Amino acid sequence: MSFNGVDYYNIDDLFSEDELIVRRSVRDFVENEVLPVIEKHFRDGTFPEGLNRKMGEQGLYGITTSPDYGGVGANHTVYGLAMLELERGDSGVRSFASVQNSLVMYPIEAYGNEQSKRKWLPKLATGEAIGCFGLTEPDYGSDPGGMITNARKIGGGYLLNGAKMWITNGSVADVSVVWAKLDGTVHGFLVEKGTKGFSAPEMRGKYSLRASVTSELILNDVEVPEENILSIAGLKGPLSCLTKARYGIAWGAIGAAMAVYDSALEYSKSRIQFGKPIASFQLVQEKLVWMLNEITKAQLIAYRLGRLMDEGKATPQQVSLAKRNNVSIALEASRYAREIHGANGIISEYPIMRHSANLESVKTYEGTHDIHTLILGNDITGIQAFK
Amino acid sequence: MNILVCISRVPDTATKVVIGSDGNSIDSQGVKFIVNPYDELAIEEGLRLREKNGGVVTAVTIGTDKSTDVLRTALAMGVDKVILVKGEENPDSFYVAENLAAVAKDENPDLILLGRQSVDFDSLQIPSALGEILGMPSISVVSKLTIEDGKVTAERDIEGGCEIVEASLPCIISAQKGLNEPRYPKLPDIMKSRSKPIDQRDAAAAASRTSIIGMEIPLKQRAGKILTDSDDDINELVRMLHEDAKVI
Amino acid sequence: MKNILVYLEAQGDGLKRISYEVISAARSIAGDSARIYGVLVAGNSGQAENVGEYGLTDVIVANHILLERYSSTAVAATIFQAAESVGADCLLFPANAAGLELEPRLAVKLSAGYVADCTGLSADDGIIATKPVYAGKAQVKTKVETDKCVFSLRPNVFTATKADSPVSTNFTEMVPELTDNDVSVVVTSVDKNEGTLDVLEADMVVSGGRGVKSAENFNLIESLAEVLGGAVGASRAVVDAGWRPHSEQVGQTGKTVSPTLYVACGISGAIQHMAGMSTSKVIVAINKDKDAPIFKVADYGIVGDLFEVLPKLTDRIREVK
Repeated sequence: MSFNGVDYYNIDDLFSEDELIVRRSVRDFVENEVLPVIEKHFRDGTFPEGLNRKMGEQGLYGITTSPDYGGVGANHTVYGLAMLELERGDSGVRSFASVQNSLVMYPIEAYGNEQSKRKWLPKLATGEAIGCFGLTEPDYGSDPGGMITNARKIGGGYLLNGAKMWITNGSVADVSVVWAKLDGTVHGFLVEKGTKGFSAPEMRGKYSLRASVTSELILNDVEVPEENILSIAGLKGPLSCLTKARYGIAWGAIGAAMAVYDSALEYSKSRIQFGKPIASFQLVQEKLVWMLNEITKAQLIAYRLGRLMDEGKATPQQVSLAKRNNVSIALEASRYAREIHGANGIISEYPIMRHSANLESVKTYEGTHDIHTLILGNDITGIQAFK
Repeated sequence: MNILVCISRVPDTATKVVIGSDGNSIDSQGVKFIVNPYDELAIEEGLRLREKNGGVVTAVTIGTDKSTDVLRTALAMGVDKVILVKGEENPDSFYVAENLAAVAKDENPDLILLGRQSVDFDSLQIPSALGEILGMPSISVVSKLTIEDGKVTAERDIEGGCEIVEASLPCIISAQKGLNEPRYPKLPDIMKSRSKPIDQRDAAAAASRTSIIGMEIPLKQRAGKILTDSDDDINELVRMLHEDAKVI
Repeated sequence: MKNILVYLEAQGDGLKRISYEVISAARSIAGDSARIYGVLVAGNSGQAENVGEYGLTDVIVANHILLERYSSTAVAATIFQAAESVGADCLLFPANAAGLELEPRLAVKLSAGYVADCTGLSADDGIIATKPVYAGKAQVKTKVETDKCVFSLRPNVFTATKADSPVSTNFTEMVPELTDNDVSVVVTSVDKNEGTLDVLEADMVVSGGRGVKSAENFNLIESLAEVLGGAVGASRAVVDAGWRPHSEQVGQTGKTVSPTLYVACGISGAIQHMAGMSTSKVIVAINKDKDAPIFKVADYGIVGDLFEVLPKLTDRIREVK
């Protein structure tokens, strides 16, 4: 059964022709390149071999990056639609693309010097180079301002020391965007693979995002040249990247929600108990309708946010609301879907448990659900609750 | 080589068909339209032949203002130019063939490629109708195609096997699964194709020769006959498959 | 409508079964006034000797040196000349590989309206053709607006019925006027598929499940598939056990098939399997357990031991075919 999307409110009418063509092409890409192999890789705990280059070739990196640097030069809605379709495949695959797009290519384009842009962006766009983003530390997650990793000015560059944790693609990255305090202020540095004193061991034992590489970054007297510092000071640097990435996650989560809803709907119509399809039971219908309703709301939030991003009017708080809502309902939908699938919901023949497990991470990374609640609480009351 | 690819815009194959209020067509409310999947094979074959031999690939569709999306998809896949012939909303296959023939006369292609059928009306009729109008050879349902020195050799699927068919250019080929694996448009190409022009023309006056007087959803009911393993029952099963269900 | 011309397709010493179906369909729409002709291209009257049993009184047998190798364009030109010679205003073809290529060419030559792949024809106020659309999810009734009409008929849908009493048939030899230009496309060889058919492409699928008990026992499944001219499918349990390749797996994580006939042998009907075959046109289930869920989606079920049922069923189908 091929996937035909979920569009109860004719939201497609709001998209342009090329936005819809992008969505179709990414959907086909996921159908052919991701879905047939993802269960195996999730089970094995590996990122699908070769998929990085295929995504690069497809133009899934640098979607909003200027074509002058090998990017696609598309708008934020195109980026969002692509993330949605990728996450219908798997949150881990979408995470790979999110990091490459929003957390690596975006800061290099926005804050890197011309030399860094020329050096990295074209290769990152094709997937020839992989990037990662080092902000979170073992002891500083929701409170990144407390970071211990530091930089010291030395002749011809900087000396970095510290450790990062929960870094998607750390072990496979050719370039790491590492955030460290220089004289008490957060700055970004590009650290190349193989630099002396830098290592990125992979973290094991995850029960979520298993088809994605998660690593530690260890910086032990790592010397980076002068030109590798990004031209932004303070937490607004990393937070501006996170705003972009969270925006993509708000779209991506809808894809996961659609996948579990679609599977639950089909399953409920064909599963016969007590002589009739379980879709005929009110309790099942209630769950399906809840999913449809929440997916529709999430779509409208994401759509409007995309247009605001393109107009340069979106606030980080609006992005927080979208990320908070959309991931939360996707996780909830995956749980309802699991219940509708009964025991079949826990086996790999259906995508339910995989999405559900993934979404537990997605709810926590890039600002936990609760932190986004407090960001919004602060925004509407003017009272900061987390300090 | 000058290649003309004829494409159509059809409901996504996952569409749940609902009859529209006119009783003669489907309710297109909420229906997603796509490039006819067999036509993607035709586009891909055109692109591969161009990559090998050089030339120009032109895509054409007979449609309405809504049909620009399939032409944009063709552009994003890599065709050089596209033509939209604007005409009747629900034309019959003769009307489509006549209008495609008019475009072919203007474009003067060496090769015309189409999908084996449109997955809406499933008629498989355009390729040879077009061939007859243009006085060109046509080979339908082709799963392998070789063109060398103007000579066309095609493997065509027939009941229980295939046949090798030969013809000379100019020629019409309709594509069957297996001919190739169509590429998906890449994001940069989709963006670049936005600025390419669509050559728009009005359809010729040719009228449809058939009219639809009703559309309905066929009732599907399982016979639900349960038999024993006696010889009589096995014979009865074969009789029913042969005479009632008519499947053997 | 005055004269109907039916395209007869030779196969070996006789005609393809669809030819009798098309003749019967022609009779059903001819009424009292219209006359029915058959045209057999590059054949001999012996191949059509029993068409009288189906009420066909006139057959044109066309031969020409340029028809020795099959050429759709030359055959179309020949049929056109035959149609003109008898003043045919309605042509009927089989909707098969050959017929679907010929039909539109004749429609263009005759300036006729045409409907392909019909599953019903009725003659009330003009002929109304029924044809499936959207992969059978809907069907349309179509009226031809021109004086002449051409239809192709889906095989196995129209019943081949004999006339109340056989008629004698006049065979008329015809040598069409053909030039090399008419032979612009030509079949140079035919390769009948002796190898295995993909389960996705097959019109007939015979699947085995856990009830088949071993890889060796699949020879029973293969025999039935061979007699039907179809492909072998398998349930997930069987593929997991290594009895059959993954390429044959039907179901949720395998392939979704929609053949004309699906025979499920020793398959209980797990929901994952049903997801891959429930849209088949006709489903036959063979299972020992009368409560197996597969019987709920089956058109025909046999409750019994497949090791006894399958050989008998295979033999019986071989006899009928």
